[in-house]
Amino acid sequence: MDHQSQYCTFWVDGLFFGVPVSSVQEVLRYQQLTVVPSAPEAIQGLINLRGQIVTAVDLRYRLGLPARADDALPMNVIVRSRGEVVSLLVDDIGDVITVDTSPRSGLELEPAPANVPSVVQDVVSGVLALPEAVLLVLDADRAADVSVALETTTGGTP
Amino acid sequence: MGSLSEGDKVDDDAEIIAEFLVESHENLDQLDRDLVELERAPGSRELLSSIFRTIHTIKGTSGFLAFNRLEALTHVGENLLSRLRDGEMELTPPVAQSLLTMVDTVRALLGSVEETGKDTAAAVDVDVVVAALKVALEGPTAAEPVEAVEVAEVAEVPVAEVAEVVEVPVAEVAEVVALPVAPTPVFEPVPDLLPEFVADVVADDDEPAKRAVVDASVRVDVDLLDSLVQLVGELVLTRNQVLQRTETAEDIELVRAVQRLDLVASELQEGIMKTRMQPIGQVWSKMPRIVRDLALQLGREVDLQMEGHDTELDRSLLEALKGPLTHLVRNALDHGIETPADRVAAGKPSQGRLLLRSFHESGQVVVEISDDGKGIDPDTILRFAIERGVVTRDQAARMETREVINLIFRPGFSTAAEVTNVSGRGVGMDVVRTNIERIGGTVDMQSQVGQGTTCRVRIPLTLAIIPALVIGEGEETYAIPQANLVELVRLEAEDMARSVEVVAGAPLLRLRGHLLPLVSMAEVLGRPRPDAEALTVVVVQADDMRFGICVDKVHDTQEIVVKPIGRQLKLLPTYAGATIMGDGRVALILDVPGIAHAHAVAQTVTQSKSAQDSRTAEEESSTALLVLEVGGGRRAALPLREVSRLEEFSVDRIERSGNAEAVQYRDGILPLVRLAGAIGLVESVREDDQVSVVVHESGTSRVGIVIDRVLDVVEASVVCSEVGRRAGVLGSAVIQDRVTDLVDLDAVVALSGVGA
Repeated sequence: MDHQSQYCTFWVDGLFFGVPVSSVQEVLRYQQLTVVPSAPEAIQGLINLRGQIVTAVDLRYRLGLPARADDALPMNVIVRSRGEVVSLLVDDIGDVITVDTSPRSGLELEPAPANVPSVVQDVVSGVLALPEAVLLVLDADRAADVSVALETTTGGTP
Repeated sequence: MGSLSEGDKVDDDAEIIAEFLVESHENLDQLDRDLVELERAPGSRELLSSIFRTIHTIKGTSGFLAFNRLEALTHVGENLLSRLRDGEMELTPPVAQSLLTMVDTVRALLGSVEETGKDTAAAVDVDVVVAALKVALEGPTAAEPVEAVEVAEVAEVPVAEVAEVVEVPVAEVAEVVALPVAPTPVFEPVPDLLPEFVADVVADDDEPAKRAVVDASVRVDVDLLDSLVQLVGELVLTRNQVLQRTETAEDIELVRAVQRLDLVASELQEGIMKTRMQPIGQVWSKMPRIVRDLALQLGREVDLQMEGHDTELDRSLLEALKGPLTHLVRNALDHGIETPADRVAAGKPSQGRLLLRSFHESGQVVVEISDDGKGIDPDTILRFAIERGVVTRDQAARMETREVINLIFRPGFSTAAEVTNVSGRGVGMDVVRTNIERIGGTVDMQSQVGQGTTCRVRIPLTLAIIPALVIGEGEETYAIPQANLVELVRLEAEDMARSVEVVAGAPLLRLRGHLLPLVSMAEVLGRPRPDAEALTVVVVQADDMRFGICVDKVHDTQEIVVKPIGRQLKLLPTYAGATIMGDGRVALILDVPGIAHAHAVAQTVTQSKSAQDSRTAEEESSTALLVLEVGGGRRAALPLREVSRLEEFSVDRIERSGNAEAVQYRDGILPLVRLAGAIGLVESVREDDQVSVVVHESGTSRVGIVIDRVLDVVEASVVCSEVGRRAGVLGSAVIQDRVTDLVDLDAVVALSGVGA
């Protein structure tokens, strides 16, 4: 039992990600967003989650990937991070998978390969080489950390 | 409730102790007040009885709970008090001091009980205090003390026991009994017989009457209240949504039900908000003691008056207000009220007056702190502000007196002032203002030289739900807190041409003879300023700045529930939080002071008035720099915006781990970097045992940069040259006609091992 880990999986621009289920609160369809002008690009807006205000971080921007097509609506993976609730916007939701990482299965969390872009490495705690695909295990805290560049806020000039 | 298991019993004890602690702390506050009052009116039987009762209660309960040291201490104190009350001794200052010390020690012991469940903390030295009390007890009238004490002891025990037994029935008939028995004069006719005994009877008879009042209230966990407030907020929002939907409904029954829901929700909200309300008297009860101690320490004579004890406000606000108010009171004594000699020389009574007043005014709580001291001299402030580079000479020339006085709240002003002049106190007026603004309040200072100073703090009644003006910008909706709102102005095309002017790129509105800087909502949101044919201007006020925000649409005013926003957005100065509108969408709440600062509206005023285009360019590239001395006489500078605090630490507070140095600071660890070493200079040795530290914060990490001293804050447009470039130094520049190293903060911070 100790060696079983469950991951909530999703896709972002063809990349296959998983977040430990323990940090996932829920998964939601597209929610109406309120934009936050002068916020960092990765902050797509705020959503009303049953009265709680949740910041939505678009993983495509966060990972430096190309923007989603206009007609494609993102899904929300709501995660708990540093005492707050944050929504990660992703392309599509996959299954919850159970991974056996006991020594006998030969599977273990490996560090991300060196040639993965550093912006992806930043938010990934490791990779799992599953038989059918490589799962990037996301660190929800780091993914939700989006620094505010103060310069973007003070400019009155465009 | 069946039989009590062992665990239940322990829980019960813990509960009794917790109750005892809460009650005793309340009592001690009362005691502080009474003792200070007593010094003014020595021999007041009423006060002495009240003090006696408090100590007696603590003594009784601590005996019951087997807190022996606490009991021993209060026992001696009680003896002393009983003699004072019976007029056998006089309340001299040393006696008052020993009683206050006793109160402090009792508090320390209670603290130890709270922490460890025992009153045996070694740090609290009870014996010394007991000895002091005994000296006071035997002091002036050492002739016949022994007997009296013994009588007291003999009399006490049976009465206390009786009280225990009788308690329940007495409480029940308290209302009947309380009236005839309670009046104090009862023991007047028989003072010679057994004063202790009678007093105890009176005291204990008071108890059930008091208990009856206590029974009418219930102690509720604050967390529970907070969650109730949260839930009511949700309910109000849902009600708004339902109301909006049913506006056009045909179903009469539904409309009626919704109206009822509307009413009930409003009343519920009001009721819940009330449960969080607490009287400001809770903060004020600490003031007499603070003022007394400070007056003694500073050699002032102060008459403290307080009005409006029962003005209520939200408990979280009350908590947040404690610090700033205490600071303002300290300030009034320190810098306001003069020494008795100076006062007499100025033709004033030797005793200064400090008045604390609080009252409700237009949905806000106003707290005033006024003294009749020497006041603030605007000329001195102005000279200082110019020296510090807080304002330019040009700006200064055009400032009104009131604006000048309020300069003391500017960060640049006070940090510099604190470090060089007033020294060692750490917190400045800017911190007072920041703390008050954080809870949505404002602070304003008015002063007449020679006549005194009045500081006015305005705070909202509650934080959770505020009235706000809802505006529209394109498709988006924003809320502006009503507290910041002054008026709305609508300008059609021809009015616009007449009253809006653009001076040096800054739009200004002529409004009743004054020039009001304008910022468009688009600009606030970081978008290009649009060309409009008509303008709707929301005139807002933040601190001493008044300006107009041009908006697309004004919707209406609403009660909104303020919700926090995520950490990713906290650093944006534009928003104070967010709320949920009737349609369920999220709307951002604008932070008016933040916008004012971010868009330098204050500066716009002065620029426009001087109307010099040439200066604008220069000002745009100039930055505020903190100029400091390091490595024995070398000058270095770093951007003021990177400096969050200036601190002085005593050398022995520095702790080492490995090669790293750190101090404990604000519940955390502040790693230290010695600037001299970091930029290749030789560390200088200071004579006094203090180090000056510039605290730099980035994100959640903090670093303290050790320097020799702060020289100045200057506003300068800096031309950086490569000369002197090395590790930790970006280059050098000429500042105030002297070559100054520009510190590479990132490199220096990296040395601390933080921030990277």
